[in-house]
Amino acid sequence: MKRLAIALGLFFFALSARAEPVAIKVGVLRQEHSRETLSILDIPAADDALAGALLGAIDNNTTGKFTGQAFDVVDEKIAGANDARAALDRLTAAGVALIIADLSADALLAASDNLKETALLFNISAPDEALREEDCRANIIHVAPSRAMLADGLAQYLVWKKWPRWLMIKGSHPEDDLLAQAYRRAARKFGARIVEERIYEDLGAGRRSDSGHMQTQRQMPAFTQNAPAHDVLLAVDENDVFGGYLPYRTWEPRPVAGSAGLFPTNWDPGHEQWGAQQLQNRFRQNYRRGMNARDNAAWLAMRMIGEAATRTRSGAPDKLRDFMRSAEFSIAAFKGVRLSLRGWSQQLRQPILLSDGRMTVSVSPQEGFLHQVTELDTLGLDQPETKCRLK
Amino acid sequence: MQVEMKKIALALALLSLDGASPVFAYRAYVSNEKGNSITVIDTDRLEVIETVKVGRRPRGIALTKDGSELFICAGDDDAIQTLDAKTLTVTGKLPSGPDPELLTLSPDGGTIYVSNENDNLVTLIDVKRREQIGDIPVGVEPEGMAISPDGGMLVNTSETTNMAHLIDTKTKEIVANILVDSRPRFAEFKKDGSELWVSSEVGGTISVIDPKKRELKQKITFEIPGMSREAIQPIGVSITKDGKRAFVALGPANRVAVIDAETKKVEKYLLVGQRVWHLAFTPDEKYLLTANGVSNDVSVIDVAALKAIKSIPVGAFPWGVVVAPQ
Repeated sequence: MKRLAIALGLFFFALSARAEPVAIKVGVLRQEHSRETLSILDIPAADDALAGALLGAIDNNTTGKFTGQAFDVVDEKIAGANDARAALDRLTAAGVALIIADLSADALLAASDNLKETALLFNISAPDEALREEDCRANIIHVAPSRAMLADGLAQYLVWKKWPRWLMIKGSHPEDDLLAQAYRRAARKFGARIVEERIYEDLGAGRRSDSGHMQTQRQMPAFTQNAPAHDVLLAVDENDVFGGYLPYRTWEPRPVAGSAGLFPTNWDPGHEQWGAQQLQNRFRQNYRRGMNARDNAAWLAMRMIGEAATRTRSGAPDKLRDFMRSAEFSIAAFKGVRLSLRGWSQQLRQPILLSDGRMTVSVSPQEGFLHQVTELDTLGLDQPETKCRLK
Repeated sequence: MQVEMKKIALALALLSLDGASPVFAYRAYVSNEKGNSITVIDTDRLEVIETVKVGRRPRGIALTKDGSELFICAGDDDAIQTLDAKTLTVTGKLPSGPDPELLTLSPDGGTIYVSNENDNLVTLIDVKRREQIGDIPVGVEPEGMAISPDGGMLVNTSETTNMAHLIDTKTKEIVANILVDSRPRFAEFKKDGSELWVSSEVGGTISVIDPKKRELKQKITFEIPGMSREAIQPIGVSITKDGKRAFVALGPANRVAVIDAETKKVEKYLLVGQRVWHLAFTPDEKYLLTANGVSNDVSVIDVAALKAIKSIPVGAFPWGVVVAPQ
């Protein structure tokens, strides 16, 4: 029996609570997000992203009671990208080697460069492809989906729905160019067509006013007039400048998708399937608000750390990273399937939720989009096309 | 085994002499998660007898030993309802914690153990007195519940902690925590108490635990040609009384795996309805019933032939299934 067990490569576990828990410190390095949102409902809370990490630590600590591990959160909120360096130094000085990062791509890369060799960053918000491709780093794990993953998730659904003609309305920010690229690529990949691209210039207008809808109601129909035949308006507006103004105000009665209307995301406060209700309940009970996409990514990063720490019985970043990259690693995240890491770019494989902001409309990958390894890899850039060489 | 088979054959022969009277007729109860109802099936005729309206979001169900009463976890009503098996009417409720999902009864029928997902507790309820008699703190999102045949060991699985907590029912304390794969959903003892099987929905495996040594003995994995690893999600587990064969529901893979419970080899995959969730044998182990959530039906598997022989339409999103003598 013993020999059989060894031959089968099994391992035995008998965990019991120890008197002295091993402390695992996890930093949350987060930037201020714009309060200039189109909808008042989207103004970020003071504990944006942090709350997710805190809940993840509570969950990990319940498990930690049995495994003798204790997880602490060290919060560092920075005003601008320039403060990241000092905050990183403070975290390092406090003995933090695992850092959940809510940073822009540039700030994240700078942090990666300034990091001690043994430390690990968990990217929970920057969607940039370059971070997973030509600029990829061995000390960054990407929990947030990339723009290509989000665009592919939406594109699969629109194609499944037989709405292949898209009128793209694009913002004027550099991020919008990158997002537009992701949608153009998704259209080619799945057989959709962008019938025309229009640019909505950000003239720096404020979002709040006492009677704003009056102008919007007149502007948006005119802006979307005289377009070629299309099935959907595709809003490409990562900075929340105009996307939310499109639904119900288009020249022709067409649904809006992308940055408004039906949007692809890693999480939404309205998602409740596959037991997600339990997580939403826990979050609301503790923080008195809904769990947004950044909160969820922070929670998930913390859970990935917890899961890897439980299995490896270690808090050492290199051990955790090795385990997360291995075939044994999987994490449950209330999205119906196991999530795992793409070894070549350290991007978390995950389904993409399609939400209308009230509930989950669908979840991609859609049925029929096949892949030789896992359907999850129909979303985003796949291994054969990767430019990432981890270093 | 052969002797037993002969005995059964003889009994069946005698039965057929008896004409149409269904001596071996059983009754299956199926909880319909979205239908807010329990479907009652005559397993002799394999037909629906009645559909009973119950509380909101009924999932876990369990019968008293004599089959006279059904306990129903009505999660959205934060209650465990009681259903009289004779009259098929809801007679009352037990004081559970919030959002009860699964429950198990002690072998003597005196205590119900319930997993309450929202507060990381296993709640103990005295059946006679209809009151809570204690709580046991466990991991995050407790789910699967099983009790050893001798009643001495209670097992709870926690979905986010990914452990099987082994609890001494006398002291009501955890004696061991065994790490299993992601999102453990269900636990089942062999009838002789020699093994404990725990299914991991997201991990895609069955962990076989030695309850005496309190350690993981073996893991069972599944492979279905043309199906990705993510789609294979083990949920319900049923093991024959002789401990020789096990059936595992594989969720969205729409199949039930047939396993040689001694060698742990997967022998066969039986195609059933969509999103197959929980399973139950008829007491004679002639049939295995499967609750298929997405296709709103129950598949009937002929256990000897290892074939799905019938699909019985039930309510919306069938989840749990139990069978009792009529």
